[in-house]
Amino acid sequence: MSEDFNDNKTIQAQSSETISGGGGSGLSPDKDYVRPAEISEQDLYHGHSFITKWVFCQDAKVIGVQYFLLATFTGIIGLILSWLMRLQLGFPELAGFMTAEHYYQFVTMHGMIMVVYFLTALFLGGFGNFLIPLMVGARDMVFPYLNMVSFWMFFVAVGVLLASFFVPGGPTGSGWTLYPPQAILEGTPGSGYGIMLMCISLILFVAGFTMGGLNYLITVLQARTRGMTLMRMPLTVWGIFTATVLAMLAFPALLVGALMMSLDNVLGTSFFMPTILKAGEVLEYGGGSPILFQHLFWFFGHPEVYIVALPAFGIISDLISVHARKNIFGYRMMVWAIVGIGALSFFVWAHHMYVSGMNPWFGFFFATTTLIIAVPTAMKVYNWILTLWRGNIRLNTVMLWCLGFIVTFVNGGITGIFLGNVSVDVPLSDTYFVIAHFHMVMGIAPLMVIMGAVYHWFPLVSGRLLDEKLGKWHFWLTFLGAYSIYFPMHYLGFIGVPRRYFEMYDSPYMTSAVGMNEFISIAAFIVGAAQLILMYNIIKTLKVGKPAGHNPWKACSLEWLTPSVPPEHGNWGDKLPIVHRWAYDFSVPGAKEDFITQTTPPSEVANTEVEKT
Amino acid sequence: MHAGIIFFLVILGSVLFHIFTPWYWTDVASNWGGMDDTITLTFWIGGGVFIAVCLFMVYCVFKFSYKEDRKAEYKPEDKKLERILTWATTLGVAALLAPGLIIWNQYVNVPKNAIEIDVMAWQWGWQYRLPGEDGKLGTTKVVNINDDNPFGINLDDPYGNDDVMIQSDVINLENNRPVKILLRSVDVLHNWYVPQFRAKMDAVPGIVTYYWFEPNKVGEFEVLCAEYCGVGHYAMRGGVEVQDKQDYDNWLQQQETFSDLIAKQEILETSKTKLAKK
Repeated sequence: MSEDFNDNKTIQAQSSETISGGGGSGLSPDKDYVRPAEISEQDLYHGHSFITKWVFCQDAKVIGVQYFLLATFTGIIGLILSWLMRLQLGFPELAGFMTAEHYYQFVTMHGMIMVVYFLTALFLGGFGNFLIPLMVGARDMVFPYLNMVSFWMFFVAVGVLLASFFVPGGPTGSGWTLYPPQAILEGTPGSGYGIMLMCISLILFVAGFTMGGLNYLITVLQARTRGMTLMRMPLTVWGIFTATVLAMLAFPALLVGALMMSLDNVLGTSFFMPTILKAGEVLEYGGGSPILFQHLFWFFGHPEVYIVALPAFGIISDLISVHARKNIFGYRMMVWAIVGIGALSFFVWAHHMYVSGMNPWFGFFFATTTLIIAVPTAMKVYNWILTLWRGNIRLNTVMLWCLGFIVTFVNGGITGIFLGNVSVDVPLSDTYFVIAHFHMVMGIAPLMVIMGAVYHWFPLVSGRLLDEKLGKWHFWLTFLGAYSIYFPMHYLGFIGVPRRYFEMYDSPYMTSAVGMNEFISIAAFIVGAAQLILMYNIIKTLKVGKPAGHNPWKACSLEWLTPSVPPEHGNWGDKLPIVHRWAYDFSVPGAKEDFITQTTPPSEVANTEVEKT
Repeated sequence: MHAGIIFFLVILGSVLFHIFTPWYWTDVASNWGGMDDTITLTFWIGGGVFIAVCLFMVYCVFKFSYKEDRKAEYKPEDKKLERILTWATTLGVAALLAPGLIIWNQYVNVPKNAIEIDVMAWQWGWQYRLPGEDGKLGTTKVVNINDDNPFGINLDDPYGNDDVMIQSDVINLENNRPVKILLRSVDVLHNWYVPQFRAKMDAVPGIVTYYWFEPNKVGEFEVLCAEYCGVGHYAMRGGVEVQDKQDYDNWLQQQETFSDLIAKQEILETSKTKLAKK
């Protein structure tokens, strides 16, 4: 593979520069011509000691793995918390050690950890750092030092978050939405130190994330290699890029909300606090608006859904295309759908607030914008399945996760149409239907993508292929288990069972749910335990796994074309790659193999019927 | 080929579960049956799309799984197909949105003859107040609330005197008469929710929110808090009893008004002072 980078092509490209540089209008344009780079290469900092190489490391690939591992660690804590919740709901007699306070603390920490510290950090910090420089043909992120600081801010944020388990009163139990006034009043667990640490942790996370986010944006905009036009980028990069733009615009709202609530809590300001009567006494608050916080929170919270979903959309497009041996169907439509969904996601936040007590007339506007989003999203789904159509589908573990994603995402997307459609939301909001919906669409579906991506890119990270047989067991247990957790859960919502109930008591229509709660809990235990298969698989593969070699999946995109596998610091050896086409030239008629890499110049595949990209 | 079969069974299982599920919504007991109809419509359209997409996927898995000697089709775009799919989806979405918005329009426009009910929430319970003969509720303030004035009615508001105070966490409603629920809270967010009525809205401290419905089944219903409000959230229940006009009027007769309460309080005070004097 390293021949791809030898001098002969560079010389070719250089010679074509001289031709066009000479202003030669009479000369026929060279087919392989690629515009010269406008900026010279950056110098990289090379760490030499263990600490500069692996701890305070400035290599985006190592930082990506660091993000990945820390996010996974917090994710496992979130998983254990969910087990405890399911134990209480399914088998309360076995959960005698749990009080209502514990339950609500676990609910809160599970939610916040999974959404922010697991999914966001994993997709953007983990996959973003590892894949962006490799996929756009850069040597590293443009600000490696800032990138390193970004990870360590995240590290501290996680530390502060977990520290709240050990302060008096424990972590906050205000629900992951942290709605005031309840979040900072007694009657909610952790209303003193717990909520304070949560706000501090979020502020640190946002600050650290901004550093990383600037890197992703500027690397994509400025450090692409020669020939890598925006419309040739793999959809993974488009997804992560757009998600980062959203994050840059959405996270400040969360930051401000957390800051204002901290002021209400510590200094006694009244941003979100009206006159309140508590235990017979009127508190020294007055004039604030609890709904203002909800607007700030969801102005962050809804784009946050897409901050998780857009990278997942991008990654799944690439995985499906590679393993179906077919170009992604409607690439341009896919790009504009990502950008369009991203833009629209800022105009739908109040669909989380239809019954919040905001002016009900807003409902018309937000229901309409919300359902408009369904159109580009549906287009993406059609394009995924149309990519499978007339493909040459490898039914390996990666593809299984992709298929699992399609099923869970379509399922969760359709229940989203129920909830987005304002008057349909009224009976269903704040019930188990909502829990089932968002776990299906932004819990399980992105998880399917993460797992697919792990099986797909693990050979690049480690140089070894994960075991297929274990992978398939892992997939089926996780997919079938997760589906049987959340599919029936929608029906609890129809009955009217409200969410965030520590105990159901004896309402006649709720006691009928007991059998289902037990079933769901058992499924949840199995799915959680099934993740051990992946851990075992990784450990086993690192020791005795099959060497992957170069480009084991026969993919076209740049990350598989590095001179060494796993790629070294600086990624590309002596010369940066030059890109001649998009990342999806699979099964081109006339080509010898069923893929043409992005670095293959047109002259080498002269007889094929490639479409111009 | 087992993967395709399992995916097919998952789809089939989902459909069968939906048909045979013992868990489904309670019988609607208010005018909001339209919400149920919209849900049913969404089920048909959305469920149809879900089944179609998944079955198409399963078909592809069977038909186009990897063969060494076959090459996939090379076709980056199909403008016509993409246009058809976009417009078909837009049409489907519009068909779902329209009934949703029509019902929402009814939801936000309260009928003129609706009786207003003040539902006051606190951690963790409910209390209710009805307008008296003047048909208007007296204005309130959180700071006025004390043992003698449990709703915090402004004493200088003449509309408040004949307000009916319900000394129970169960409120009675007249069958087939629309009610406008005026929600307020003295501490944190709450939500007054009866699953059989379908409707709900948050109670927000500092403001008064509202929604309306028309009960159409006589019977007793349980009120649940549907907005997380602290550790007692799950235990914050109340009740509604829907009665025919006659029974309802009888019940209403027995309730105390605010002026009754004040008078009772004054008698108590005077007897206290008399006792003290003795």
